[in-house]
Amino acid sequence: MRFERVSVRYPNAEASAVEDVSLELSAGAFTVILGPSGCGKSTLLRTVNRMVVPAAGRVYVDGTDNAQININTLRRSTGYVIQAVGLFAHMSVADNIAIVPGLLQWDSKRIEQRVDELLDLVRLPATYRNRLPRELSGGEQQRVGVARAIAARPRVLLMDEPFGAVDAIVRKSLQEESKRIAQLLKTTILFVTHDVDEALGLADRIVVMAAGKVVQYGTPLELLTNPTTPFVEDLLDTHDVVRRLGLLRAQDVMQPPRPETEGAIDAQATLRDSLNQFLQGAGTLAVERDGRRIGTLDFGDVQAAIRR
Amino acid sequence: MIDAADFAAHLQRHVELAGSALAIATLLGLAFGSLSSHAHAARGPIVTLAGIGRVIPSLALITLMIPVFGLGFRSACVALTLLAIPPILINTDLGFRSVDPAASDAARGMGMTATQMFWRIEWPAALPITFAGVQTAAIEVIASATLAAFIGAGGLGEYITRGLDANITSILFIGAVGVAALALLTNLALGTLRRLIGVRT
Repeated sequence: MRFERVSVRYPNAEASAVEDVSLELSAGAFTVILGPSGCGKSTLLRTVNRMVVPAAGRVYVDGTDNAQININTLRRSTGYVIQAVGLFAHMSVADNIAIVPGLLQWDSKRIEQRVDELLDLVRLPATYRNRLPRELSGGEQQRVGVARAIAARPRVLLMDEPFGAVDAIVRKSLQEESKRIAQLLKTTILFVTHDVDEALGLADRIVVMAAGKVVQYGTPLELLTNPTTPFVEDLLDTHDVVRRLGLLRAQDVMQPPRPETEGAIDAQATLRDSLNQFLQGAGTLAVERDGRRIGTLDFGDVQAAIRR
Repeated sequence: MIDAADFAAHLQRHVELAGSALAIATLLGLAFGSLSSHAHAARGPIVTLAGIGRVIPSLALITLMIPVFGLGFRSACVALTLLAIPPILINTDLGFRSVDPAASDAARGMGMTATQMFWRIEWPAALPITFAGVQTAAIEVIASATLAAFIGAGGLGEYITRGLDANITSILFIGAVGVAALALLTNLALGTLRRLIGVRT
């Protein structure tokens, strides 16, 4: 997906909502647009499915200028999840999920199958098929919202602050679910949020926006270790080294295995996890993968990782 | 002077009057109600007119029709139609505007055409409220159709005028009880219909 000098101006607004944004997103990546409210992040996202029409510039989806694609074809092949969920109150969970496959005229047997698959994917019991949305909790409703958005296997999934309206505990589990689903689907995901931790936790790449412009674009670690402006430094609180440690894994900085260790840590665990053990008095940790020792980690390695 | 055949004829007239007024009013109320909820500019004038229509007393409205349509069925039918439009129109307008904006946004974003959105999202959401409007209008029209007798349009109100003229309470009573029973039965029937088509209120 590619944005080419995209500008959006709302009627009666003094400044452009989005100003001259050019970006190229890697296919299959989880890209998060991060920025304060009113920075134009949702507007930029909504140019992808033409819910917002740019005043200038082009948006390419799979190499095609999206203005050249039939609007309904474009939208049916683009998943769309919004903060307010927007389930259809008079339809069952299954009917909500089946909307886009229905619009695409899949046969009913294939739709039934797909609904079952999706309920399983978003971890809702199959008995929820015939429930009405109002019988579900907020978190469950958004699970249905996600299932509905990916029902027809869209090539692009747009998520506009999808977890902004649920409480912190539910948000955390929904974030973990979306990470898992993203890895399964391999769809290109564009996700908007103002929550820094959510962005750092989910993104392969982060686009930082302010006042309609892209301020910085890079991996979470790049942004934390090399913020290009004071704004990014401030927003991400890059001086918070513990936050940075949350993005590095034991396997990234470990040393070759040594016999004398006190405790063990999984190779996939973050350095932030290792910090807990060091603070509790561990000297050298064995790094393990599938129960096999593949390296060691000590506090010096963690400090070195911060200095890099 | 009063027998079963006579009563049946007046009852039939009453139902014809109320039924045709309600049918026309439903069509017009739905049309203008959905127009006012969809077209921003049209909403003010349409809803204001409907509000005025609600305030004019039924007897006044029926009398006002005489110079235009003369004495009889046509005047009564037009007046009753005008009476029935406001509740239907206002409820239709409210019904369409009760559609969750997030649901509309999602529907549009998923690639529904305007027609698909209307029939699959907006109309089902509006139906319960619209139906309640029709139910209210039906009861109002049945009650007000009694006044049609004053301008020679017949109906069960005929017994009331006759009873008043002859000063015989029992005749008057036949009209009053007949209208009340008809209104109650209609309400019951529409309530059942509402449950049958699965409209929740």
